[in-house]
Amino acid sequence: MTRHDGPLDQLIRALAALPGLGPRSARRIALLLLTNREKLLNPLIHALEQTAEHIRNCETCGNLDMITPCRICRDTTRSYRTICIVSGIADLCAVERTGAYKGQYHILGGVLSALDGIGPDDLRIASLLERVRPGDVDEVILALSATVDGQSTAHYLTDKLQDVTDVKITRLAHGVPVGGQLDYLDDGTIVTALKSRAVL
Amino acid sequence: MSWLSHNTHMEEWRDQGIVLAVRPHAENGAVLSLLTEEHGRHAGYVHGGQSSKMRGILEPGNLVSVAWGARIADNLGAFTMIEQERHVTAGLMGDPLKLGVLLAACSLCDAALPEREGHAGLFYGLLALLESMDNELWGVVYVMWELALLRELGFGLELSKCAGGGDSERLAWVSPKSGQAVSEEAGAPYKGKLLPLPNFLKSQKGEVTDQEILKGVELTGYFLKHRVFIQDSRGIPEDRLRFEERFAKYVDRQEREDLEESIKQDVKG
Repeated sequence: MTRHDGPLDQLIRALAALPGLGPRSARRIALLLLTNREKLLNPLIHALEQTAEHIRNCETCGNLDMITPCRICRDTTRSYRTICIVSGIADLCAVERTGAYKGQYHILGGVLSALDGIGPDDLRIASLLERVRPGDVDEVILALSATVDGQSTAHYLTDKLQDVTDVKITRLAHGVPVGGQLDYLDDGTIVTALKSRAVL
Repeated sequence: MSWLSHNTHMEEWRDQGIVLAVRPHAENGAVLSLLTEEHGRHAGYVHGGQSSKMRGILEPGNLVSVAWGARIADNLGAFTMIEQERHVTAGLMGDPLKLGVLLAACSLCDAALPEREGHAGLFYGLLALLESMDNELWGVVYVMWELALLRELGFGLELSKCAGGGDSERLAWVSPKSGQAVSEEAGAPYKGKLLPLPNFLKSQKGEVTDQEILKGVELTGYFLKHRVFIQDSRGIPEDRLRFEERFAKYVDRQEREDLEESIKQDVKG
């Protein structure tokens, strides 16, 4: 803290800590908020207070919602026999946006990464095994990133799931994206697409 | 003006390297660690290292051509040019054991090798290991590569003759203290304390099975843990431990399936 560190400086520092914002952008936003108290600052304060007070993690899947279990877990029109495992809430939103999946989710809270010191105990693996154990689930979909960390997490989960249940385990396909032209794709994507080619 | 030309002189080099690790830094950058051909394990900053374009290239195991530069040689510096030479990782992602080998080898290099010390032999060894992944003997190649890593780090094993003066044609064990092979007869009284020597490392070369490869992985794992990483508070890298565990599980499952199959055959017979 500096000698003249007042509420404005604290606000700027808090904003600058957000992704995508540096000190200059943070200062600009702080000044904009203060010059538009009624239109911007007060609604923002209200929204932040409401969010902090009411939004919590779903005790079943780990999603964010005002109620727990969350709306997705309570939705009786969705299948309870399929669980899609995603690393974070952003990934859940991406799958949900497609509208193509009508099952349950489980949010791991990251992927295994020796470099970042994220081990199995740091992820929501124990609660996943508890959910899958009773035999009420037919299929577990591993919707994890096509990165080394994402795929090693997928293999680790496969091992753990196979230890406790004989549930069907699937993963998302890797390969050519829709609209992708082969000569613009990177070598890794083409290699993976060739390895997981399908019979027509 | 000579002081100016001296101060503006940049340390620069070009080389090829295998990606060992990528650590995200700030919002878009990353610190990349490579095992290079001429400059050993070398780190550098990559501007935009977390971008979607770079993420696919900067996966452990990929071979890249790089240009590195820094104002002073001791600085972290930055990789100013990165071009992909060979994409190894994508082909291994679907196979848990091969992906495990890739991660184990890269994490061992990243954790055990001193920085900026040339290890061209290890670079070519790692390249050969990654290229051997389509070969059915990839497990043997991995054990041989770990033995080479131990040797390079000054903890080489002597597996050609018996430490106890026994018959070097009948080697069966390795002493955990000296790292030397021990013959079957000389080692018999200390059987419980010695490490088994896999068939493919014996002078008379036996059959290569998954069980023998597991013996090799456990043998090198013991010396990595008790020699190389004994002073390291983080211990042996998590990826190496996980690979050994997964391989042991795989061998165990194979044995169980073989046993069930033979029981079925007996019942049919």
